[in-house]
Amino acid sequence: GGHTTEILRLLENLSNAYSPRHYIIADTDEMSAHKIHSFEQNRADTTTMLSEYYIHRIPRSREVQQSWLSTVLTTLYSMWLSFPLTHKVKPDLVLCNGPGTCVPICISALLLGILGIKKVIIVYVESICRVEHLSLSGKILFHLSDYFIVQWPALKEKYPKSVYLGRIV
Amino acid sequence: MKCVFVTVGTTSFDDLIARVSAHDTLQIFKSLGYNRLVLQIGRGKLVPEPFSTESFALDVYRYKDSLKEDLQKADLVISHAGAGSCLETLEKRKPLVVVVNEKLMNNHQLELAKQLHKDGHLFYCTCSTLPGLLQSMDLSTLKCFPPGQPEKFSAFLDKVVGLQ
Repeated sequence: GGHTTEILRLLENLSNAYSPRHYIIADTDEMSAHKIHSFEQNRADTTTMLSEYYIHRIPRSREVQQSWLSTVLTTLYSMWLSFPLTHKVKPDLVLCNGPGTCVPICISALLLGILGIKKVIIVYVESICRVEHLSLSGKILFHLSDYFIVQWPALKEKYPKSVYLGRIV
Repeated sequence: MKCVFVTVGTTSFDDLIARVSAHDTLQIFKSLGYNRLVLQIGRGKLVPEPFSTESFALDVYRYKDSLKEDLQKADLVISHAGAGSCLETLEKRKPLVVVVNEKLMNNHQLELAKQLHKDGHLFYCTCSTLPGLLQSMDLSTLKCFPPGQPEKFSAFLDKVVGLQ
């Protein structure tokens, strides 16, 4: 619930130029699709343009507290499905805020660039919950993203290359 | 009608539910002028019996689609350390007491609650220190929580993708 709520807040202010929107959620997630539909419906009701959006499901790379060994396997499995999806969509921009689901997608986006298929901009926004320490996804994607946004000054100090805009959710 | 709203989000926090519905805590609420207690118990196993007398009412439920209404009606919110619960409550400008669940190890949400407490936006305690805090706290010392600024994010992103 937390990641979805935060990312929808980030999207609230974005112009209609950010279209179509492809939402990637974990296959075991039951609540997020509902929130996304509400958000998009509300957006369609309040703007003049049609909302064009899609929801895709991929397996979670890692459940909370999952062991490291099995995480390697489940992440590889997620990658196996994430890459064809990312390749099909060929996004201009990937925006994520830390659920395990985002790591395979970001790696797939990077691969698209490395293989010369498409240059994808990767923007990572660390959750507002992360005040002094980065999440695991954050630690991984700090080096792989084009822009890494933090919401507390302590993190900006620890990671000078990050972007600090204050609290944005 | 002064109302206390207790929320545990989607978690289970039986220790808190037990603490707030205990006789001595109910007496404290009454002495502070509250006459209604609403418990949102999430996944918890402990389900206190609701009741309604002339002077006091207790309501209990697990989930609602949105807690907006209960937050709006509350004069005091007692919550677990969930980021969503904290932020939603502070945005509604309600006085907030966050109770830390000592049974949760490595609770990453604690960082946020601690920071917000440091910044003077909420009070912070454990189940056992809650009654003491309720009696000693001064809600007027809590500072207003300024809203986040998503427009800064959209301005930044527009530049990144070349829309500006």
